Order: sequence, then structure tokens, then C-alpha cells
Amino acid sequence: MAYFLQQLINGLTLGAVYGLIALGYTMVYGIIGMINFAHGEVYMIGAFMAVTAFTVLGVLGVTYVPLALVVVLLVSVCFTAAYGWTIERVAYRPLRGAPRLAPLISAIGMSIFLQNYVQLLQGARVKPMPPVIRGGFELLHTERFSVQLSYIQCFIMLLTVVLIAVFTLLIARTKLGRAQRACEQDRIMAALLGVDVDRTISLTFVIGAALAAVAGMMVTMYYGVVDFFIGFLAGLKAFTAAVLGGIGSLPGAMLGGLLIGLVEAFYSAYFSIEYKDVAAFSILVLVLIFRPSGLLGRPEVEKV
Amino acid sequence: MVSTVDRAAAPPLSRFPERLKAALAAAAVALVLAVPLVGLRTVDQGGALGIETRWDWVGIGVAAVFVGRLAGGLLAGAWASAATRLGAALPALPHGRLMRGFAVAGIGFAVALPFLPFADRYVVDLGTTLLIYVMLGWGLNVVVGLAGLLDLGYVAFYAVGAYAYALLALHFDLSFWICLPLAGLLAALFGIALGFPVLRLRGDYLAIVTLGFGEMIRIILINWQSLTNGPNGLSSIPRPSFFGLPFERAPAAGVTAFHQLFGLDFSPEHRIVFLYLLILTLALLTNLFVLRLRRLPLGRAWEALREDEIACRALGINPTNVKLSAFAIGAMLGGFAGAFFATRQGFISPESFTFIESATILAIVVLGGMGSQIGVVLAAAFLVLLPEIGREFAQFRMLIFGAAMILIMIWRPRGLLGRRDPTVRLGRPT
Repeated sequence: MAYFLQQLINGLTLGAVYGLIALGYTMVYGIIGMINFAHGEVYMIGAFMAVTAFTVLGVLGVTYVPLALVVVLLVSVCFTAAYGWTIERVAYRPLRGAPRLAPLISAIGMSIFLQNYVQLLQGARVKPMPPVIRGGFELLHTERFSVQLSYIQCFIMLLTVVLIAVFTLLIARTKLGRAQRACEQDRIMAALLGVDVDRTISLTFVIGAALAAVAGMMVTMYYGVVDFFIGFLAGLKAFTAAVLGGIGSLPGAMLGGLLIGLVEAFYSAYFSIEYKDVAAFSILVLVLIFRPSGLLGRPEVEKV
Repeated sequence: MVSTVDRAAAPPLSRFPERLKAALAAAAVALVLAVPLVGLRTVDQGGALGIETRWDWVGIGVAAVFVGRLAGGLLAGAWASAATRLGAALPALPHGRLMRGFAVAGIGFAVALPFLPFADRYVVDLGTTLLIYVMLGWGLNVVVGLAGLLDLGYVAFYAVGAYAYALLALHFDLSFWICLPLAGLLAALFGIALGFPVLRLRGDYLAIVTLGFGEMIRIILINWQSLTNGPNGLSSIPRPSFFGLPFERAPAAGVTAFHQLFGLDFSPEHRIVFLYLLILTLALLTNLFVLRLRRLPLGRAWEALREDEIACRALGINPTNVKLSAFAIGAMLGGFAGAFFATRQGFISPESFTFIESATILAIVVLGGMGSQIGVVLAAAFLVLLPEIGREFAQFRMLIFGAAMILIMIWRPRGLLGRRDPTVRLGRPT
């Protein structure tokens, strides 16, 4: 029971990170119907921004942790969002209206480019990060096992909840959110009704990149290591999460992320750690066979 | 649309202030992008991270973006019309005799290549690599180009073929010619096993499931130590022989080596040339096979399915079976290529079957123009030779590779030779 509880906590933490990345995939897919293959790389860049920002603060001698966290969060979100905006502008906007596979290939190219760009500039070696937040609560103590909820896990979950709340408000209440939903339903009609479609799509990429940057920062603090290759597998799993939840559905992305995180944590705890990635994909295949539109997705109506 | 034409037609200097502004904006964005990743570099200083600054790089980068954008803007008009003209010229090529002539000349050149004076070991080796990719491209073209199924995990079948050949040859001592069909068959079975549950899914779901499948195969290859020897891979895979005659300086007693039978001096190049001709034969057979298939009812059903699935169903085509056949045939061709890869390298490990390989093969198909056989050759030549030419910039290879993929897609979103005409039609093509 205690062991189960511990895995539940670990899984939820991991799932929060996947969910935040998955939101970026699902938003972009919802609005322009393409797999933004470079999104995993955006998350990786966010992690690198966080490492750099923490290191700069360390050199400057900032030791007050809450201040450091806020500064790092703002810095990595802003700079990563700039990357998200540029990626759309350079690689996807010229391909609007092109055949469906063209932006996908361009996205794969962008992903390869960014991976090597970061590797060349920051080095191929793993960057170690000293833990910023130490310690934790002990929830349960049996003679054989104690259940820990570390402060960093609390931080990740709390921040995720806050972000989701802000994000939901943004989509539901603001003008941008309305424009975004309108573009998602019908881009041409939205344009006719005075929505600036290009700007809305750009902002979608900016928001997605900002969420991925937060995920990158969390992972940096949680695992304490970052390298240029982390984006690939995380991106793949986050996309799996988005599909699992029903692509295009925002709550679905978060739910899918949590499920993938839980599956991974439990599978590696109870079965084998080597095959945890296989487990996540197998779940995906099963869900797609029995519920092709994902858990919360709307079934797609095929029209002639 | 009208404004683009106006812009292209206007004399370049008349819009100078606007272009200057655009260039300044681009430079400002570049500055924001460059400061954290280019300007600052975290370095490991005995366990803790320190920071290094490289503001000179930032300056150079931002200046380059500014000049590039300004020059690009000024040249845009000229370039746009040139590109349109070039673009208009390209799709005209595949029609008629000209393209056929090209193909015949290309095949003639490919056959003659190893015997030409400049063809040293390096050139023939490079040709072999190129032909492996051409063959993989033709195999994937069946799935993506003809049947319109987006497969992001094609490398899985390549890996299955390679491991099947290696394991069969190592454990059962079977010859290349027996293993080759077995490897293809096994890959096809894998294709069917994967395809059966997932082919009901629509395009993008299929893409992600195949991508996941590719990763799964790789993870299994890494972790199933007892069968695959894990990350260390399989080595000393038997080399192919010339119909039973080995390419060895000193063959075992009672065995005649290739050079002895033909009375030649022993040369290690014999094997390389043989491998080259072998893959050339395999690739040409693949091409012939696919070209024939396209004219069969099955191939026509693939193309019809790509265009409109609902109409196909209405006409009594079973989409699942048709898709499954495309998947299986594509997988089989990938398996053949994999078996050849294993015997050529003599060593395989999961390292050779990463996602980047799938992406490269898919890029070959899409860059070449989906469904175009000659396009695949052009794109494969481009993607294989580009990194070789840029060998001095070895560390920038993949960077340039990625950037080239983006630029070609922007330049020609339908691929170099993209056409969607059906292979067979009633009446004369317009």
C-alpha cells in the first residue's frame, strides 16, 4: 500500500510534466491540424534556459530560493516562447495550405536542426544541476517503507494546477481564447469575422512553448540533469498523451499526460524499468483500437 | 495573392525602408534568441556549473541575420520569379521520353560505375549506401506515396530484416540467398501484425502508432540481451558469397574463392563491387516490382484509397485489406534492405535503427515527391551526398541536414517531382 502510494505520487509528478507538454501538441493540432514535431525540442530548449538562468543567478549570488524560482520561470518562459514563435514563423507559416505532409517534414527538419543547434552551442555532455529545493514531507511510515512527498514534487504539482487554471481561464474567458477556439472550428470563417488568424496561430505557438518551458524547468529541477536529447522521448510520450486523451481536446491532453505518467511509474515499479516506454505505447495502441478518438476526443465525422 | 504579384514586380529599391524595417525586426528576434543559447554557455567546472560568455558570436549571428534578411528581401523579387520559372520547369520533366531517357542513362551509369576509372573504394561504398536508401525509399513509397499511409516507424522493418538475417546466418548457418527471402517474409509478417490493429486509424494516429512501434522495436532490441546481444549488437555476420564462392584471400580447404575461379589476383575490392552490384540488382528489382504493382488492380486500389477512402468503400474496395497489403509489401522491401545492410556491414546494433533513420527515409519519399520513383532517387542522392560533401563541416552535418529539409519543403511543398496523377487512366493524359 505504501509502495503504491509512493508510485502514485511519482507518477502524478511525471504526468504533470507530460501533460504540460501535451497541451502544446494538442493546441497546435487543434488549430492547424499538424503534428508539431519540434515541440519536444522546445521543451528541451526550455530546460536549457532554466539551467542557464539558474547558473547565472548562482554566479550573481542570488540565494533566496523563491526569488530565484520566479526569475528562472519568467526568463525561461519568455525566451522559450520566442523560440516557439520563431519556429512557427520560419518553418510552418510558409507552408500553410501546402499538402499535409509538407509541414510535418519541415517540423522533423526543425527538430533535427534544433537538437544539433543546442548540441553545438551547449555541448553534448549532460548538464548537472544541483537541487534547488531539498527535503520533503513524510506522509506515511511503515517499518519497511516510508512514503515521501518531496517539496519539489509539491512545487511541480502546485505549479501545474495554477498553470492549468490560468490556461483554462485564458481559453474560456479572454478575447485571445475566443479567437483561438474560433480558428479551431473554422479558420476561414473566423478570418471573415475579423479574427487575425495568423496572429492567433502565432500566439498558440507562444502559449504552447511557454507551457513546455515550464515543463522543461520542472524536469531540470526534478531530475537534476539535462542534455540535448531529452526532447525526443519526452515529446513522443507527450504526443502519445495528447492522442490518448483525444487530440484537440485540452482537458484530454492533461488527462492523457497524467495517465502516461502513472502507467510509466507503475510499470517500472512493478514490472521492468527497461520496458516502461513500451508499456506507454502499448496502452496507446489499445486505447486507439477501442476508442479511436481518444478518451475525451470528439469522434470525427467523415464527410464525403 | 494580388499583393504578392505586385511586390514581386516592383523594382527592388522602391520598398527599401520597409525591407530595412523587416531586417531590423529579424535581427531583434535573432538577438533575443541568441542571447541565452549562443551568448551564454554553461560549463562544467569540477561538478558545479559555471558560465562562459560569447557575445562576439551573438554579434556575428545577429549581423548575419540582418544582412541575410536585407539581402534576401532585396533579392526576393528576382528570386521569386526565378524560382517560379524553375518550379514550372521541374514538373514538366517527368513526362514523356525525356524522363525515360534520364532513367535509362541513370541505370546505365549505375551499372558502369564500379568499372569507371575514378571509382575507388570510397565512391563504390558511397554508391552502395545511396542505393540502400533508394531501395528503402522505394519501399516506403508504396506505403506513404501510393497508399497514403503515414508511416513514421519504417526503420522497424529495416531492423527486423537486418536482425533476422544476422540471427539466421549466425545460428543456423544459412546462406545469404536463403536468408534474404526469409528476412523479407519476417518483416512482412511484422508489418501485418502491426498493421492489423492499427490500420483502422486515421492518418495522424497511424503516424504516431508507427513511430511508437519503431521505438518499441529498438527498445526490445536493446533489452532482449539473450537474443540480440543488447546494445553491443551482433558482430561477425557472415558476408555474402558469389553463389557459393567466398571473397577471401585464403579460403578454407576444399573451397574455391572467387578470385581463384576467375583467375584474378585477390583484391578486397571484389567484394565491395559485388555488394554494390547486388544492391543495385535488388533496388532495380524493387523498382520493377513496384512499377508493375502500380498497374495491377491492387496498386490502383492503393492510389484510389489515398485519394478518397469513402469513395473506395462505396466501390467495394476493402480498405483494411488494401492498406494491409501496402503495409506488408512496404515492410517486406524494408526487410530486404535490412538483410542487405546486415551482410554489408558485418555488424549491426540498435544504434543503426533510430528514429532519425525513419525520418531520413520519409524525407526521401516526401522530398522526392510522393509516389514518384525517380524523385526518390534524386532525394536520396541529395540527402546521402549532402553530408558527404560537407565532410569538412562534419559537426554541422545534421544541422545543415535539418535546415535543408525545411528549406526544400518551403521551396517545393509537393516535393521535387510531386504529381498525383493516377498510374493508369482511361484515355490520354491531359
